[in-house]
Amino acid sequence: MDASLPAHMRPERSFQGFILALQRFWAEQGCVILQPYDMEMGAGTFHPATTLRALGPKPWNAAYVQPSRRPKDGRYGENPNRMQHYYQFQVIMKPSPPNLQELYLKSLAAIGIDSAVHDIRFVEDDWESPTLGAWGLGWECWCDGMEVSQFTYFQQVAGFECAPVAGELTYGLERLAMYVQGVDRVYDLNFNGRDGDAKVTYGDVFLQAEKEYSKHNFEVADTAMLFEQFKMAEGACRKYLEAGWKDGKREAHLMALPAYDQCIKASHVFNLLDARGVISVTERQSYILRVRELAKACGEAWIHTEAGGAA
Amino acid sequence: MPDLLLELFSEEIPARMQAKAAEDLRRMVTDKLVAEGLVYEGAKAFSTPRRLALTVHGIPARQPDLKTERRGPKVGAPDAAVQGFLKATGLKSLDEAKIQRDPKGDFYIGLIEKPGRDAIDVLAEILPVIIRTFPWPKSMRWGARSGKPGSLNWVRPLHAITATFGLETEEPDIVKFEVDGIETGQTTYGHRFMAPDAISVRRFEDYEAKLLDAKVVLDSERRKDAILTDAKQLAFAQGFELVEDQNLLDEVAGLVEWPVVLMGSFEQEFLATPAEVIRATIRNNQKCFVVSDPKTGKLANKFILVANIEATDGGKTIIAGNERVIRARLSDAKFFYETDLKTKLEDRLPKFEQIVFHEKLGTQAERIKRIERLAAEIAPLVRADVEKTKRAAHLAKADLLTEVVGEFPEVQGLMGKYYALAQGEHASVAAACEEHYKPQGPTDRVPTDPVSVAVALADKIDTLVGFWAINEKPTGSKDPYALRRAALGVIRLIADNALRLSLTKVAASALAGLSVQPVDAQKLPGDLLAFFADRLKVQLREQGARHDLVDAVFALGGQDDLLMIVRRVEALGKFLETDDGKNLLAGIKRASNILGIEEKKDKRSFDGAPDATLYGLDEEKALAQAIGEVTAEANAAIAREDFAAAMTAMAKLRPPVDAFFEKVRVNDDDPKVRENRLKLLNEIRSATRAVADFSKIQD
Repeated sequence: MDASLPAHMRPERSFQGFILALQRFWAEQGCVILQPYDMEMGAGTFHPATTLRALGPKPWNAAYVQPSRRPKDGRYGENPNRMQHYYQFQVIMKPSPPNLQELYLKSLAAIGIDSAVHDIRFVEDDWESPTLGAWGLGWECWCDGMEVSQFTYFQQVAGFECAPVAGELTYGLERLAMYVQGVDRVYDLNFNGRDGDAKVTYGDVFLQAEKEYSKHNFEVADTAMLFEQFKMAEGACRKYLEAGWKDGKREAHLMALPAYDQCIKASHVFNLLDARGVISVTERQSYILRVRELAKACGEAWIHTEAGGAA
Repeated sequence: MPDLLLELFSEEIPARMQAKAAEDLRRMVTDKLVAEGLVYEGAKAFSTPRRLALTVHGIPARQPDLKTERRGPKVGAPDAAVQGFLKATGLKSLDEAKIQRDPKGDFYIGLIEKPGRDAIDVLAEILPVIIRTFPWPKSMRWGARSGKPGSLNWVRPLHAITATFGLETEEPDIVKFEVDGIETGQTTYGHRFMAPDAISVRRFEDYEAKLLDAKVVLDSERRKDAILTDAKQLAFAQGFELVEDQNLLDEVAGLVEWPVVLMGSFEQEFLATPAEVIRATIRNNQKCFVVSDPKTGKLANKFILVANIEATDGGKTIIAGNERVIRARLSDAKFFYETDLKTKLEDRLPKFEQIVFHEKLGTQAERIKRIERLAAEIAPLVRADVEKTKRAAHLAKADLLTEVVGEFPEVQGLMGKYYALAQGEHASVAAACEEHYKPQGPTDRVPTDPVSVAVALADKIDTLVGFWAINEKPTGSKDPYALRRAALGVIRLIADNALRLSLTKVAASALAGLSVQPVDAQKLPGDLLAFFADRLKVQLREQGARHDLVDAVFALGGQDDLLMIVRRVEALGKFLETDDGKNLLAGIKRASNILGIEEKKDKRSFDGAPDATLYGLDEEKALAQAIGEVTAEANAAIAREDFAAAMTAMAKLRPPVDAFFEKVRVNDDDPKVRENRLKLLNEIRSATRAVADFSKIQD
C-alpha cells in the first residue's frame, strides 16, 4: 500500500480509493487501463477487451472495471450482498506471464490484504461460460475462507483454442471492499472515504437503483419487447457478420466488433427474460445455445481482423 | 545403490487430484525402470498443493548388459539374405556367426551384445516422456509457449523440476533433461508465504527435512494426522467433540502445505436451523469441520478451520474473517430454511409439470403420479396404510424444489422430512420423505416403516421399469441412472423386511402406468428379473456367500418372489455345507453326467416314469421308493416354504443314491433294463428340482 496516500484515498477506507489502487497497480504492470464497456453485460468477461482480445496471437494486457448486470440477482436492496448491478475488476494478460500468481498476491497487498495475517488460498475452480463457448482452468482465490477473486487460464474462447493462453483475473470489488472496510452490508461501504456530512456511501449511490431495477427486472420489464429485441439483436449480429467479410471471401473481416455488440445485447436481453420467468427450462438451453452460436461466429470474425491477428 | 529424487513443482494442484497423481507418478516411473532392466528396492510418492515428489531408492547404477541371439539365413542362402543378416546383427562377416543345426537344416546364429547404459541416462530419457504423457484428469496450457503447437499440458503451470540421482555418500548428479523450456536442477521452493525462497536440495532425506524447515509438510498422511490431532485437541480443550469427516480431512490436507488448526464460533441462534444444513453449509462452502457437545450429541456453535499459515497475529484475523463468511452463509441457509417453511410441500408440486425427468419418460409430475399409484398398489403387500402411503409418495419429491435442497443437494429427502413434520404430516409420511431414497448402497440402512418401504419400492421399481422400457440399461461400467443401485435397493428392502412380492406382477403394473411404448414389452419382465438375479449374485459374492446358487434357484423358472429365492439360496447353501449335501450333489452330478452322455449317444431323452417291473436289483427298488418318498416330503415342505425341511428330505436320497451307484451298472446289456435305469436316474434329477437345479451348482 502506498503510505503517501491521503486518508480518504486509502483502499481500506474508500471504495473509489480501492478501485484506484487496483488500477494503479495493474497500470504499473504494463496493462492498459480501460474504462467500462458502454453496454449492459452479465460479467466483465463479456467486454470485447477480454472475449475477443483473448483470441489470436497478439500480446494484450489490460485492466478495467466493468459493471455486471445480473437481473436475477436483484433483491430490492434488501439483501446485504446480493445485487442485480455490481462491479467487477477485470485483468487480462496474454500470454499469461509466468509470475501471474505473484502479481495477483501483490495486487492484494496493494489493496491492504497482507499475506502475513490473512490465509490466502488457491482452490480449484474450473471456469466455463456456456454462452461464450469458453472454458479455462484455475482457481477461486480465498481470503480467510471468502472467495475474493477468480483466476483463470483461458483455454478456449468462442469455441477457439487460445494460442497463446491468456490469464484472467476477476475481483468482486464490493465483496473485497466490504472485507477491507469491515462492513457487513454492501450499502454501508464508504464510497468516497470522507467522514461526517461529506461521506457518501455505496447505498447513497446505488440503493435507489437496486430497488427500481429489481422491480423492473422481476415485475415490469416488457417481455414482448424483449423477445423482439432478442430476435433483432440475433438477426443484426448475423447480418453484420455476413456483411463484414471483405470482398465476400472468408479471409478478412471488417466488422467483428459491431457484430459482437449485438451478441452482448442478445445475452443481456436473455438474462432479463430469464429473470422475468418467461423462459421454460427446455427453452433456456436453446437460448444459451443461440447466444453461443453468435459468440462463436464473432470469435471467428475477430481472428480474421487485423487487430485479431490475421496475417 | 543410487537413489532418485524427483519433484515437479507447480501452481496449486486441485486437492482431489493429488493422491492419484502421486500414485500415478510412482507407478509410471517404477514400471518404466523395471521395463528397462533397472530393478529398484523401494519407491514412495508424495503430494502437496504445489508439488508431486517421488523417491526411488536402490536403483542399479547401470542396466545389465544384454546378450541376444538372432537366427539368420540357412547356410548357403543367397547373398542378399546373408548381407541383410550381417547388417542387422552388426557382424563383420559370417566367420563371426555360429552355425546351429535343427531339423530344417543348418542356420547362422548371430550373437548380439548390447551393453547396458548408465541408469542416469535411462532416467533422462524416460522422465520427460512420463511428464509429457502424465494422465491428469484435466490439464491445461499456459504462457508464451502455448502459442505454438506441442506445448506441455500440465494440471496447472509447471515451474520447476528437481531430479537428482546418486549414492548417499556422494554429491548426487542432476538427471539432465528439459521439458517445455524447464530444465532440471536441484532447486525447489518452500511455503508460498512463510518461506518462499529457493532451496537447494541433494537427495530425498535432505529434501524432506529442508522442506519441513521451509514450512512444508511433504507427506499428506502427516498433514492429515496433524490436522486430526490438533482439531480433536482444540475441540476437547473447550469441552467439545470434533465431528470427524474423512472426505473433508482428505480434501483439506490437499489445500495446505503447513496446516494450522484454528477454532471459530457463530451465533447460537443459527442452531435453530437443522444440524445437517449447518454442517453442509460449513463443510461444503467453507471446508471447515463442525463440533458437537459430547453430553447432548448436538452441534455446538463452533467450527474448526485449517489455515495454511502461522499468522503473525496468531490467527485472529483469519478466524474473524472465516467467522464473517460463515455467519453470512448460515444466515443465507437460515433464510432459505425459513423461506421454505412458508410454502407447503404440496403447493410446490405444480412446478414439477415444467421439469423434465427424462426426455422419453416425461416430467417429474408424471413420474410422481406413477410412483403414487404404484406405491398404493404395493402398500397392502407390505402391510402399509394405503392412504398414508399415497400421501407420502405425493410429497416425497417436493423438497427437490426447496431453496435448501437447491443449495445443498445432499440433504434431499432429509429436508422433506423436516418440512413434512413442520406442516403436521404423520410421522410415517415424514419419515418416508427421507427414507424412500434408501438404501443408497450395500451398507446403507434399510427402512423398516411400511410406508417408507412401499414408497421406496415404488420409486425404485418405477425407475427400473421406465429405463428398461426405453432400453437405457446399464452397460459395462456405465450406469448413469444408478439402476444397479436401485435394483440392489429393491432386493435389500424385500430381504431385510421379509416381504412377499411377485416382482413380475409389480413390474407389469409399473409398466402399465408408463405412457411410453416399451421397446420390448414381452421380454421386459424376464429381462428385468435376470437383472435382479445378477444383482443378487453380486450382493452374495460381496458378502462372501456362494453366488452360483442363485443360478441354481433361478434355473427352476417361474421364480419372481425375491424373498423365496433368497431363502432357498440360503437353505441350499447350508445344505451344501453338510456331508449329506456334498455327497448328494456329487451323486446328482454323476447321474446328470451319465444321462447327458447317454442322451447324446441315443439322441433322445429319458423322460417318463420307470417301469417298476423291470427293477432287478434291491438298490434300484430302494432308490425308486426313496425318490417317491423324498419328492412327496420335499414338495410338502416347499409348499410350507420350509426350505430347510425340504433340504433335510433331500438328504434322505443320499444313501440310496450312493448304494445305487455302488451296486448297479446303468448300461446293462439288456436295452430295456438300461433304458429303465436311465429313466430312474432322470427321476433323481427331477426329484431334486423341487429345491434347485443342481446341475448349475459349481463344485
